[in-house]
Amino acid sequence: MTVEAPTGPATLGQSRRGRWGAGSILPVVVILALLLIAVGIRQPDFYDPPALLAFLKRAAPLIILAAGQYFVIVAGDFDLSVGSLVTAEVVIAARMIDGDPSATWPVVALVLGFGLLVGLVNGLVTTRLLVPSFITTLGMYLILVGAVYTWTGGSPRGALSEEFRMLGRRGIEGVPWLGEIPYAVLILLVLAALAILAMRSDFGKVLLAVGDNPRAARLAGGRVAGVRTIAFVISGGCAAVAAILLGGFGGVSFQVGAGLEFTAITAVVLGGVVLGGGRGSVVGAMLGALTLQTLLTLLNLLGVAGALASAVQGLIILAAVAIGGLRART
Amino acid sequence: MTTLSETLRRPRIDSTNGVWLALGMTLIIGGILVATDGGSLFGQNSTVSLLQRAAGLGIVAVGQTFAILAGSLDLSVAYVISLTSLIAAETMAGSDGRVLPAILAVVAVSGAIGLVNGLLITKLRINAFIATLGVGLLIKGYLEQGYAGPAGSVPVSFQHLGYDRVGPVPVAFLLFIGVAAVAWLVIKRSRFGHHLIATGGDLDVARLSGVRTDWVLIRTHIVCSLCAGIAGLYLASRLGAGAPRVGAEGGYDLESIAAVVLGGTVLAGGKGGVAGTVGGVLLLAVIDGIFNQLAVDPFFKQVVRGVVIVAAVAIYALRLRRKVVRKAAAA
Repeated sequence: MTVEAPTGPATLGQSRRGRWGAGSILPVVVILALLLIAVGIRQPDFYDPPALLAFLKRAAPLIILAAGQYFVIVAGDFDLSVGSLVTAEVVIAARMIDGDPSATWPVVALVLGFGLLVGLVNGLVTTRLLVPSFITTLGMYLILVGAVYTWTGGSPRGALSEEFRMLGRRGIEGVPWLGEIPYAVLILLVLAALAILAMRSDFGKVLLAVGDNPRAARLAGGRVAGVRTIAFVISGGCAAVAAILLGGFGGVSFQVGAGLEFTAITAVVLGGVVLGGGRGSVVGAMLGALTLQTLLTLLNLLGVAGALASAVQGLIILAAVAIGGLRART
Repeated sequence: MTTLSETLRRPRIDSTNGVWLALGMTLIIGGILVATDGGSLFGQNSTVSLLQRAAGLGIVAVGQTFAILAGSLDLSVAYVISLTSLIAAETMAGSDGRVLPAILAVVAVSGAIGLVNGLLITKLRINAFIATLGVGLLIKGYLEQGYAGPAGSVPVSFQHLGYDRVGPVPVAFLLFIGVAAVAWLVIKRSRFGHHLIATGGDLDVARLSGVRTDWVLIRTHIVCSLCAGIAGLYLASRLGAGAPRVGAEGGYDLESIAAVVLGGTVLAGGKGGVAGTVGGVLLLAVIDGIFNQLAVDPFFKQVVRGVVIVAAVAIYALRLRRKVVRKAAAA
């Protein structure tokens, strides 16, 4: 039983609100372009293909998280559990692998499975027990953080194998002109393509309709609870992939996922997606994440210290969202 | 008017009962568990520390109740707490004569932050989640840039707020109950309170009925930030100095929202009240106290806390749905 939305709500929103309005990706593209120009002026070799790919590699986990968060937000929900899920996944992987290379692939499967399972629980509690997703995922956040600390006794144990870290760190080497193509970038491209395809499918159309008006979507025959649950499963899966990549970059710590839920939500909103659902595109969400990463790179290049960077970040987010909101009104 | 206030009140009483019932059961079961373990949940020491813990979170949660009732929320409270604890301790600088200026400074700064939050949400139409998150990031940046550790000092006279008690009840807990009582009166009896509920219930309907919803939301956020400022004063008094990370490390942003929702206030706004929030805060504190007495792994506490919050809201939601079904059947 599928529903053909008569007009995609995204295009509907765009025609009503103009190209600058809420849900449009034009503002984020402009901001991203300006930031990229600024980075290029400050560091001209940023545009060498290897440097650019290295930048994309660093940005990949956040972009993947933002894509996952998009599915949840566009249906009108929140997923506050992704940051703690990333931490939990990295800690679990380190403890299960414990430096043993032969354990790598089973643990990768376990990590992905656990991410999907957490998403499924989030989705079922939200849709079947009617708990607002903000509370469901806040509870899941507390549970995951507490469980990981309890399980490890307060400090992470074990170590990731080199094979596991390869996914986040290394790439296909010796490619002419490009140098090394990081695996993280390949994974990102595959997931981005899948996300775009998903939003073009019937599932994506129903998801947008649910976010726009759940009652209308239900009356039109949409499987509201089903698509919302799937959105949470996607978000959990994306968090698992991001955890695998982040585990490769950095060390194993309880800080690896801290605050990522807010960063991902910010990225999605920066990409023109409206909290409350129904408007915005997954491409916008991913561009929002890229913009945020570019902003952090630029602040770093300008020598703005870590502490002040969060203030500047806050200011720019407020400005960007305010401009989007005002444009939507006029 | 009576029918309106009756319909407004009905679900509120229902979920408030829920949290007090849960609190009573937790106290009985917890008391028995602790007693079989050879301790006492109701001993002087454990009661004092239990109420002490409830006070800080409670004051913030009362403010958060206003924001959530209005259909908004405030994620900046944790950083407001840290900031105001520093303002208080640095202005006082250990001198008795400067307590009053310090309190006034805290009120002014926290009120101004609330005003900014409210203006961002109403005039620039930024979603409350993003607006208060952004303001929180701004304050966080300022705190991390300017402070590496505790700063300022609080005179002994001001530490009475943090350490004195009347019988087993800490002064700070009385302050929390006082703040909650004033908030209860404002929400139940004042025009602002009724407008607040109306705005949270349905913004457009409230506006069309002549409520100046923007002004209601701005005042709501000022109240919420002021409560965070009071909590900052209390923590400064308790710690003897201002602490740049006390708010974020205490998790006051998400915990205060959890306490409000645990108390039966609906996250979408318009339904709930301060009485439930007091119950929610006490429930969280009692659970904490029981686990401390049983010497359970402190991290495991957090797991239980997460389960309790989700389970409580699930029960409220199911009960509400059953009631709607019953009403529909009766009609």
